[in-house]
Amino acid sequence: MQQPNSRPCSELMLRETASQTAGPYVHIGLALHVAGLPERDEEIWSQMARPEAEGEPIEVVGTVIDGNGDLVRDALLEAWQADAQGQYRPEFDLHKPFNGFGRTATTAEGGSEWSLTTIKPGAVTRGDGKVMAPHINLAVFARGINIHLQTRLYFEDEAETNAACPVLNAIESPARRQTLIAKREEVDGKVRYRFDIRLQGEGETVFFDF
Amino acid sequence: MQHDNKRYVERDRDWHPAAYTPGYKTSVARSPSQALVSLQAPSVSELTGPDFRRLRMGPHDNDLLLNYREDPALAGAAGLPVGERIIMFGRVIDQFGKPVPHTLVEMWQANAGGRYRHKKDAYLAPLDPNFGGVGRCLTDDQGWYRFRTIKPGPYPWGNGINTWRPAHIHVSVMGPAISTRLVTQMYFEGDPLIPICPIVQTLNDQEAVETMIGRLDMARSRPMDCLAYRFDLVVRGELQTYFENQ
Repeated sequence: MQQPNSRPCSELMLRETASQTAGPYVHIGLALHVAGLPERDEEIWSQMARPEAEGEPIEVVGTVIDGNGDLVRDALLEAWQADAQGQYRPEFDLHKPFNGFGRTATTAEGGSEWSLTTIKPGAVTRGDGKVMAPHINLAVFARGINIHLQTRLYFEDEAETNAACPVLNAIESPARRQTLIAKREEVDGKVRYRFDIRLQGEGETVFFDF
Repeated sequence: MQHDNKRYVERDRDWHPAAYTPGYKTSVARSPSQALVSLQAPSVSELTGPDFRRLRMGPHDNDLLLNYREDPALAGAAGLPVGERIIMFGRVIDQFGKPVPHTLVEMWQANAGGRYRHKKDAYLAPLDPNFGGVGRCLTDDQGWYRFRTIKPGPYPWGNGINTWRPAHIHVSVMGPAISTRLVTQMYFEGDPLIPICPIVQTLNDQEAVETMIGRLDMARSRPMDCLAYRFDLVVRGELQTYFENQ
């Protein structure tokens, strides 16, 4: 047994298991149909909201682009967002009309777009009472990414709340804040937001440590 | 605001691999060149995450010996994958040793010949008609998880002229919040390819490499059946905030 107080406190803590890249075959584990595998009864995928879900139905699409300007065709993304009231609902249940968690992937062929079918989240109040503008938390996994990259997607048509968002304002460069703003489009009467993730170089997306 | 009275031990970015690790060539164009923006005040957005207790799983989702049978009617060895039969098991705990119950653990791997069942894998080694290579389960109330599978084979890849991956199983764990999200790989104790793998070498610290090595556990091995490898996963430690921030 370890004698209390015999070592500095930090040594009484275990180290986190180290991260490794999800690799090019991540789909076998987390996106079965993309790998060409049959799906199981229930899979975690990109339809986060069904039409009857409360809130404004939206589609979110984008690409992932590397430092050479080339499409990253083997990326897997995870999304985590609040509901239309700005509340996080941890219980994942495919029988519910809305789940705050989803996965999507870029594609090996064509335009290589990922997409999510969801609802627009509400603004979220932080513990200190400050209001964060509506956002979707995104994590990016891929071959060549040693530890997943964490970012946030904000909405172009929330200019006022975006301007007051304490997290956007924590980004020192105002120009870089713009990398987190998804552009609103309307396609066949449906609302779609476009959010391209640039891993490196010009217009590099802001990634967070938290 | 229900979760803002907790936080997680800061992630040590020197312990994990850096984004830019030129020995692993693909990282060169896929690593951000700007610094990460630190959120000093984590919010409910980072301190919550999905709870998968209501995700319905199949009876063999954690048994890779049975979950991809070419023909479920095949009896005995005819319907089983080729390779060394193993149990991979362990516990998900946090940095303070606290078990992480009911969390989703997912894994994927190559077959015994080092070939993945993936559209993009064109390695010479054949697919195994009875092996898919994917598993998932929830940890129990003490944080334990277990899979039954075959030991994957090493395989070559196009990083250097003659670069090989050590045998490994990809492992994904959610933990209690998106802050604890972790994807890693389990390697097998004693594999001579571990120290010369460019992906393993993205880590600076040999002690960090040790956290990714599954250990042979003879006590949990089943006589005349399969060997067992133990692989515990440590996710970020949860801290409570006891005092008002003013």
